[in-house]
Amino acid sequence: MIELTNVHKRFGSNEVLKGITASVDKSEVVCIIGPSGSGKSTILRCINGLESYDAGDILVEGAKVDNKSPSIVAIRTQVSMVFQRFNLFPHRTALENVVEGPIYVKQEPRAEAFERGRALLAQVGLADKVDAHPAQLSGGQQQRVAIARALAMQPKAILFDEPTSALDPELVGEVLGVMRKLADDGMTMIVVTHEMGFAREVADRVLFIDGGVIVEQGGAKSVLDKPQHARTQDFLRRILHPL
Amino acid sequence: MQNFLRDAGEFMPILLQGVWLTVVVTIGSLLLSTVLGLVWALMRVSGIGVLSHLSAGLINVIRGIPIIVLLFYLYFVLPEFGVAMTALQASILGLGIAYSAYQSENFRAGIEAIDKGQIEAAQTIGMGWWMTMRRVVLPQAVKIVLPPYGNIMIMMLKDSSQASTITVAELALQGKLIASSTFKNTSVFTLVALMYLTMSIPLILLVRHFEKKASRK
Repeated sequence: MIELTNVHKRFGSNEVLKGITASVDKSEVVCIIGPSGSGKSTILRCINGLESYDAGDILVEGAKVDNKSPSIVAIRTQVSMVFQRFNLFPHRTALENVVEGPIYVKQEPRAEAFERGRALLAQVGLADKVDAHPAQLSGGQQQRVAIARALAMQPKAILFDEPTSALDPELVGEVLGVMRKLADDGMTMIVVTHEMGFAREVADRVLFIDGGVIVEQGGAKSVLDKPQHARTQDFLRRILHPL
Repeated sequence: MQNFLRDAGEFMPILLQGVWLTVVVTIGSLLLSTVLGLVWALMRVSGIGVLSHLSAGLINVIRGIPIIVLLFYLYFVLPEFGVAMTALQASILGLGIAYSAYQSENFRAGIEAIDKGQIEAAQTIGMGWWMTMRRVVLPQAVKIVLPPYGNIMIMMLKDSSQASTITVAELALQGKLIASSTFKNTSVFTLVALMYLTMSIPLILLVRHFEKKASRK
């Protein structure tokens, strides 16, 4: 469903992606792990056109991602994104955040969009927070609103860019719980994360990225429990046993 | 004091005619400068090189010319090229253009204060540039922009007196005419100053209200 072929991306003289080739099938959950600055987030940002890429191809259901072309809007409505820092619209309530895209981009009838928005907020456990503004919500609640906002677009896939990295540790679980439910329901997901527990239990596949290349990939358990490459082993050791 | 009150009663009706024109010039140029300022600011943040540079250049040119010279240019020079307008039109146009530079810088600061993450979030739900501006950026930028906007209103009210230099009979010019024909400088200019102050006070209170609202996020 999402295919990357030899994707290169540079910021000035710094080449952050040095030929990424990967594909994600429908209903697959792929976790991308790796040290910071390795290019993990950049991959996600290229897939929905927040960044352009310099060489190679990215296809979403056969359509080439090109953020200079008007076709990018159609791709973005099919591939939603959830950000590390939530990026909710602070001047709108939780429900208004969720219905913004359906009403103003997809031109759905208001009543329908609001009804579905409420259902989505209930689905992420926030039925009682529909009228709250982001500032009145905890980080975990804000991130769940952001997930509901992504779901409201009825996307074919959702990209998660370190969705729990900005959260207090005790709030991580509620967000991962919602994501696990999505995975169980068959949502296609690409998740950049440092949550190895989540990757092991929920992901179908794990990609380990370092220095702009995929160093190792495979089934979640095999990569995380029996990493083959020295760099993967070293990274996992430092993540799992920081002391 | 009694003299002053007697003079006030005598001159007030003429000065009030001037107040009317002062209000017309101020409101007219406020509207024009707001629209132009918004256009310059949107051009500046459009991400399109040509528009952005054009806007930056224009703002520098406008900022670098004194208002009074701009007014002379519109009222005395343009007719030589076949573009004639009334003094009132020229004053509104001149002040509107002059202040559009300050409005634009204020609007741009407000727009750029909005977190980039929100703009990306808007893009990822499929919003284009204009819809992102309309639905996400501008509604939040307004709160940031309003207090300085109120200050610009006060400055415009006072600078509308420069229209007197191209024969618009607003408050300052009426005052000057009365003073030079009656030689009652003290009474007349005290009155004129008080009338400007009276018009400013509601604006000053408005700015204070905006500031309170902006700080109460």
